[in-house]
Amino acid sequence: MTGTPMTIPARRPVLTGWAAALRVVEGLWTWYRRSWRATVVSSFVQPLLMLVAFGVGFGSLIDTSARAALATGGVPYLTYLAPALLAVSAVQTAAFESSYPILSSFKWRRTYEGIAATPITPGQLAGGQLTWIALRLTMSGGAYLLVITLFGAVHGPGVLASWVFAVLCGMAFSAVFVAFSAAQEHEGGAFTAIFRFVVLPMTLFSGTFFPISQLPSAVQPLAWVSPLWHGTELARGAALGDLQLIPAAGHIAYLLGLLVVGVWLSRWQFRVRLTR
Amino acid sequence: MSSLTELSPEIAAPRAGLLFRVLPPGLYAGRARTLVVRSALASRSVWLSLLSGFFEPLFYLVAMGHGLGSLVGTVSGPAGHQQSYAAFIAPGLLAASAMNGAVYDATFNFFIKLKYAKLYDAMLATPLGPVDIALGEIGWSLLRGGLYSAGFLAVMLATGLIASLWAALALPAALLVAFAFASIGIAATSFMRSWQDFDLVQLVILPMFLFSATFFPLSVYPPALQWLVQAFPLYHSVALIRGLTTGVVGWSTFGHVAYFLIMAALGLVVASRRLTALLLR
Repeated sequence: MTGTPMTIPARRPVLTGWAAALRVVEGLWTWYRRSWRATVVSSFVQPLLMLVAFGVGFGSLIDTSARAALATGGVPYLTYLAPALLAVSAVQTAAFESSYPILSSFKWRRTYEGIAATPITPGQLAGGQLTWIALRLTMSGGAYLLVITLFGAVHGPGVLASWVFAVLCGMAFSAVFVAFSAAQEHEGGAFTAIFRFVVLPMTLFSGTFFPISQLPSAVQPLAWVSPLWHGTELARGAALGDLQLIPAAGHIAYLLGLLVVGVWLSRWQFRVRLTR
Repeated sequence: MSSLTELSPEIAAPRAGLLFRVLPPGLYAGRARTLVVRSALASRSVWLSLLSGFFEPLFYLVAMGHGLGSLVGTVSGPAGHQQSYAAFIAPGLLAASAMNGAVYDATFNFFIKLKYAKLYDAMLATPLGPVDIALGEIGWSLLRGGLYSAGFLAVMLATGLIASLWAALALPAALLVAFAFASIGIAATSFMRSWQDFDLVQLVILPMFLFSATFFPLSVYPPALQWLVQAFPLYHSVALIRGLTTGVVGWSTFGHVAYFLIMAALGLVVASRRLTALLLR
């Protein structure tokens, strides 16, 4: 007994920011290396089939029509569609990666509980998970890019910027969705409802297959809210080389804003759920 | 004996039907409807996702019919009829949604109950047998699919996309299609080992959805591919329903129906054999 009370040092993160997040990424990558085959169809074959069906099949119906040329700005439908599908597939992959895997890591596999028992903080864990999703989107986007280049659906090197915009768009949606999934206690059909009432309408009405000016004017404001519309405009504009500075800045600002809010919400939800 | 028949219909032995006499005892208790009741009760907590099944084809119809349709103009439908793009894809979407609903019920949902929830193991501890389970699950899936199809047909009627009285038969046609896909789906699921296998389901369903003359006519393909497309079931279901809603009905209609009758029978035989092997080991 020395008489001096034992002091407990203030809880400081043992690992700082990115070092911790990258360990989470490393863990997810180790798992993915063994199970990537199960994601090939949803994140790679699916956009490819959409491209063939609509770009080539449907495109052959309309490539001779004058009003189609007016809507697509005169480029072949395949070239018009390809960069937009890059953004669509990023959002769809993001939607999948942000739903069941998150709930499952909290509830069924409980890997997050395991990680929370290490020096990694819940906020760093959320950051690592989101970084991993961004990596996944970058990888599947790259594979898709390779294929559309082989298809001859690429206009020029601008498509590399489309790739970046597609990942940004996917992440803006993903971050918000991860926060939502982290708050779910039961599966309860919430994901099915989101896929059908948010993801599907977003895919169909965000100017992917046709410009939103073809929609009734009452519905158009809905597209402005959709991150995919902003992503599509950016990706298509960059690929076709007709991106204007001011609108582009607006789209980027919207997506970045959504991303920041989503990251903040996710970190907060992870902290709430893992420290209660 | 008389005391048995006086029991409430829920507990009393059911009237001995044909199936009851043909099948070995233990496989069928004649109570498949209890499974339908169970599904209806269980789905009350997921009503939103249940409801969403009705909107999925509707979203496609509005986006593709209205948005893409404005780029296309008219398309040549069955027997060379020129029709609006919305009228062209609507029956295709109806057929595809009959397929999708049935397949998702028969694969994903069925697999969860079979492997994870162990629902059927619990049911088999009661007088229910594997045939009750197969019939009950398919029955629920048809009931659900039938409601979606009826809703979609009502929307088609209201928006003037139906050109013929034959369209009244589109609902039973959609149910037949759903039945055939459900029985094949259950048969296929009984062979699946894990989640990874479900990517194969996607790999079959998605190309069928996109390429079975759903969104563009068969004439777009080169002849060799036309033959290939015609081998797949969704093509027949699209052609069947599109023929009915445009009023082009002939011998080919019977051909499509026969395709699905054979497919359903095949699926049922395989499914009940496999389920017996899986559940009554």
